[in-house]
Amino acid sequence: MQKRWTDGSRMDELAAAFIKPNDRLSSFERLEIYSRQYWFRVLDCLWDDFPGLRAVVGERKFTKLTTGYLTRYQSNSYTLRDLGNRLEQFLREEPHWAAPRQELALDMVRFEWAQVVAFDGPSKPAISPDEILDTPAGKLRLGLQPYLSLLELNYAVDDFLIAVKKQESEVLRGEASNAVGSAPSERNHRKGSRPPKREKIYLAVHRHDNMLYYKRLDPEAFVILTDLCRGVTLEDACAKAVTASNCTNIDWAAQIKEWFDDWSALGWLCRPL
Amino acid sequence: MPANPFNGFTDYGIGIGLRVPHYRHILAKKPVVDWFEIISENFMVDGGRPMEVLDSILEQYRVVQHGVAMYFGSADKFDQTHLGRLKRLVKRTETPWLSDHLCWGSVDGRYTHDLLPMPYTFAVARHTAEKIRAARDYLEVPICVENVSSYAEFHASEMTEWEFLSEVTELADCGILLDVNNIYVSSKNHNFDPYEYLNNIPHHRVGQIHIAGHSKFEKYILDTHDHPVLDPVWKMYAHALKLVGDTATLLEWDDRIPSFNEVHNEALKANQFRDLQLAARTETAA
Repeated sequence: MQKRWTDGSRMDELAAAFIKPNDRLSSFERLEIYSRQYWFRVLDCLWDDFPGLRAVVGERKFTKLTTGYLTRYQSNSYTLRDLGNRLEQFLREEPHWAAPRQELALDMVRFEWAQVVAFDGPSKPAISPDEILDTPAGKLRLGLQPYLSLLELNYAVDDFLIAVKKQESEVLRGEASNAVGSAPSERNHRKGSRPPKREKIYLAVHRHDNMLYYKRLDPEAFVILTDLCRGVTLEDACAKAVTASNCTNIDWAAQIKEWFDDWSALGWLCRPL
Repeated sequence: MPANPFNGFTDYGIGIGLRVPHYRHILAKKPVVDWFEIISENFMVDGGRPMEVLDSILEQYRVVQHGVAMYFGSADKFDQTHLGRLKRLVKRTETPWLSDHLCWGSVDGRYTHDLLPMPYTFAVARHTAEKIRAARDYLEVPICVENVSSYAEFHASEMTEWEFLSEVTELADCGILLDVNNIYVSSKNHNFDPYEYLNNIPHHRVGQIHIAGHSKFEKYILDTHDHPVLDPVWKMYAHALKLVGDTATLLEWDDRIPSFNEVHNEALKANQFRDLQLAARTETAA
């Protein structure tokens, strides 16, 4: 705990003004138990939720980064589930915390937060092909499930995270009451995975039968889905994707039908949000 | 008093906390458990696996909700999103009562995710009781407040912790979730007699009991919930049962969680222990 309060006054004097000492601990030491508990709990939570970021920046730097994050952005939600909801914003504002792998770190944070959303985010009733059969493509607008995230990334963080998780031993977080968990610093240090090389990928992070998945997308499929999400009609979304594509000798009608069959089977398509 | 208004006039036995590492075992093996306690906030989500698990559990087991973020003692007003989600969950689980902690933990919309002790003053008791009443009226379910373990005491306090607990629960006309382990932990940290605490609370308001393990350090005891229940806590539990009668009891194990069978065995031990104490109580009364 810091030795001085924000106004410069001494913390031990401040603590003594409102907390009683006992025969074993000073007022400051008693307050410090809560300070330690707080940091253990919140750092432990981010430690568990962002194993990929931890592997990207290294364990020691991860603790400094998350401490910096929580100093700037304290929790604004009743649930620890939301604790990392501004980590991407923080890394955009203060990229030096992840140096020299700022861009990779940012990709990983986006990917890991998308998994939080996919795990327990809201869903809407999936739309069936029969429901849209009679609507012309020029007028048809479709939505995507709110739990689905579409990510354009500069690194293959999906493969990297799989490798990282393979190395991770099963770690369980204490959940209830004011029980005090073990500190992240007590964990065993593990040999890191090799960071991924630069490679443009397009990912959909989603769930199916309540299991978490990530699926690589072709660039054209990514364009269609992103445009649908923005409210563009099916016809315009497909036309834009095909026009922008570098691929030749593709039967686009068949390819797009295959994608839509796939997305429909996964339950991604719904009424516009 | 096997049933009272504060536990919805139920007669539950020994429960176990529903924890993520045990989901697969419980859903596959369907062990005999009298009831499960869920952490409300873990299920106040929009969908996905947590709700699927909860619905499967609800098909086969009785569930009681225990919260960690109501913060009855915080000066802040309730977060309406939080309350709304909590009410939806109450309707889904049909929990006969709902518990949360007698503590504070948020300031101006910033959350500590800890259960912080309050100064035991009459003004704080009135404020806290008002919030408990407001929550109960909105949620339409009996509420039990849990005494927390603590590591600090305030100069401002005007009464003991057990007097404060009594004052709040009388003013709010709510129940008590009596955490025997927390009383023991606080008694060691603050040098008071835990039996004086047990003897001097309104016993008719106890709707549920918690027992758990803790960790001893050189200068204080921490409420860690990562061990089996220790002997002094078993003794206090026995005394509590003498005072309040057969009361729904939860065995807490929240960190370094062992296999389900190990937690279940500890719960079965609690069940036998409780039966012995209650039999002795009946004999004494006869």
